[in-house]
Amino acid sequence: MAEPTQNVNFEEVLEEPIPAMQQLLDNPFLLLFIGIATPAVLYIIWGVMEIVNIPVAK
Amino acid sequence: MAVNRMFRTCPTTGLKFHQPAEALMKWNAVAAVVSLLVGGILALGVTLTRWQAVHLLAPDWFYLFLTAHGLNMLVFWIIFFEIAVLYFAGSTLLGCRLATPKMAWAGFWLMVAGALLNNYAVIFRQDSSVMFTSYAPMGAHPTFYLGLILFAVGALIGCFVFLGTLAVGKAEKTYNGSIPLVTFGALTACIIAIFTIASGAIILIPTFLWSLGLIEHIDSLMYRTVFWAFGHSSQQINVSAHVAIWYAIAAIAFGAKPMSERVSRAAFLLYIFFLQLASAHHLLVDPGLTSNWKIFNTSYAMYLAVLASMVHGLTVPGAIEVAQREKGFNKGLFEWLRKAPWGNPVFSGMFISLMGFGFLGGISGVMMGTEQLNLIIHNTLYVPGHFHATVVVGTTLAFMSLTYFLIPVLFRRQMMFPLLAKWQPYLFGLGMSGFALFMMGAGTLGMPRRHWDVSFAGNLFPHEFPGTAWLMIALMGISGLVAIVGGIIYLLITVGSVFLGKKIETPDFKYVKAREGMAPAPQPVAATLTAHHGNIGMAGFVAPGTFVLAIVFLTSFVLYYFVNWKYLSTVWPLS
Repeated sequence: MAEPTQNVNFEEVLEEPIPAMQQLLDNPFLLLFIGIATPAVLYIIWGVMEIVNIPVAK
Repeated sequence: MAVNRMFRTCPTTGLKFHQPAEALMKWNAVAAVVSLLVGGILALGVTLTRWQAVHLLAPDWFYLFLTAHGLNMLVFWIIFFEIAVLYFAGSTLLGCRLATPKMAWAGFWLMVAGALLNNYAVIFRQDSSVMFTSYAPMGAHPTFYLGLILFAVGALIGCFVFLGTLAVGKAEKTYNGSIPLVTFGALTACIIAIFTIASGAIILIPTFLWSLGLIEHIDSLMYRTVFWAFGHSSQQINVSAHVAIWYAIAAIAFGAKPMSERVSRAAFLLYIFFLQLASAHHLLVDPGLTSNWKIFNTSYAMYLAVLASMVHGLTVPGAIEVAQREKGFNKGLFEWLRKAPWGNPVFSGMFISLMGFGFLGGISGVMMGTEQLNLIIHNTLYVPGHFHATVVVGTTLAFMSLTYFLIPVLFRRQMMFPLLAKWQPYLFGLGMSGFALFMMGAGTLGMPRRHWDVSFAGNLFPHEFPGTAWLMIALMGISGLVAIVGGIIYLLITVGSVFLGKKIETPDFKYVKAREGMAPAPQPVAATLTAHHGNIGMAGFVAPGTFVLAIVFLTSFVLYYFVNWKYLSTVWPLS
């Protein structure tokens, strides 16, 4: 005798997980954080650190 | 609080305009065009002074004109238009209401006040001819800095209204899945704009206080370093915005879909990570900053942003080619291009913008970003030549071509002078391409930028430039005048059409109130392209013509790059 059919939500079963890259691209606020943090660290903070470390002439 | 949920649907395109967003787009676009008018008048004075045979303006007036021209063009025209683009890409393309229209209006009026105040300082007070860069310790009147700060705060509000609109669209489910690619490009521009404005605040607020006498000293190297995070990144907003417009126009004019959305989005992501770092190329000859910092920010990081631009430069014409071949223009390598609507200024302007940006602005930008090669052209006319190719041929022409689409769709007016409009992109685009090219030629031969009299007449140590350099200057002047005529025609068409053009009447036109919490349901749109490209293309390529164009581009790129290395070896003979 066949087992009774379970109540399956096919939409959930068929739904593939969203790839990590797409999750990143779909999150404007995470992109905003990346877009500000990257140049802030690599350009401004690194650049300013180099300038403040220049010895002052005596 | 009552929320305005009134929308209208464009009968031609099916685009849905939220009433407050529509008004804000119009006002921002009008403010942009007014700035372009002011900047254009000043451009005439600058060009006719740069052209040594004419040498029109006295020194004081030249620097005043140059300062106001730079600010009106590089900041006010571009950013007003970009805010209009953000509202279009956010509210209209997502079919959702604009978040906080009152804040958006506050931002707009702050921008207007800032632009007026800055122009007041430069043009009317005549004591702030410090040029766009306003390098400290060269000081301007406090209203100069205050104007820029107010403008930046207003633009920042516009950026957050755009981000809020994305959140509204998601919450009210006006779109499914990811935001459209054009909106993603606008988001990239918005993110770069926020970094840019924050950097501007970091340096302009202390400089404003210094101009008031409240701060004793501004370190010049610190100023230059932080300023360029604002000054150059502001031009990177343009790059993202005009690339988004290229994609939009490819879809509008041809129904083209990106060859690969994933690749295009990844290219925009590279912009978000790396594009702003190219600011460092302005500091390549400055002492104090190490080669590590310079080379990382320019060469390594910038090349990844350049890679992104090359991806866009390949996928936009590639998408157009695929769309054209699907329509039957499938013969040979370039039938799709020959049969493109060259008489439609929306397309011709966009395509000249793409080619000019890539071949002139892109290649020269990479050359300038190489620390050693930069020594050949630093502080010469090459630099304004490069940025006229990127900002004017690239961005301004892309904005102009979008305007021709917006006049009937947004302003609901028939375009006046259609024959002139047909020729305008050629006059402006080719004139400005010549202007940029000859300026770069003169710069390569050593002609300095910024200086009122490049002949150094009467100097204690005179310098003789080769005759070719003077020829380049004359050709630059003639090309500049052609471009200015193109600019005048653009202003005539846009101002004439918007204020005097025949209204496009739509029977039974009305704004329709969307149901509470939801924007109007999106209408299904017929697919313009099938997923499979069918039997198009040649030799296994769906876009072989674009592939050939890309090879031509890469060959030019490599040749020009190595020619400059060879040139560098002759500039500094070591034996």
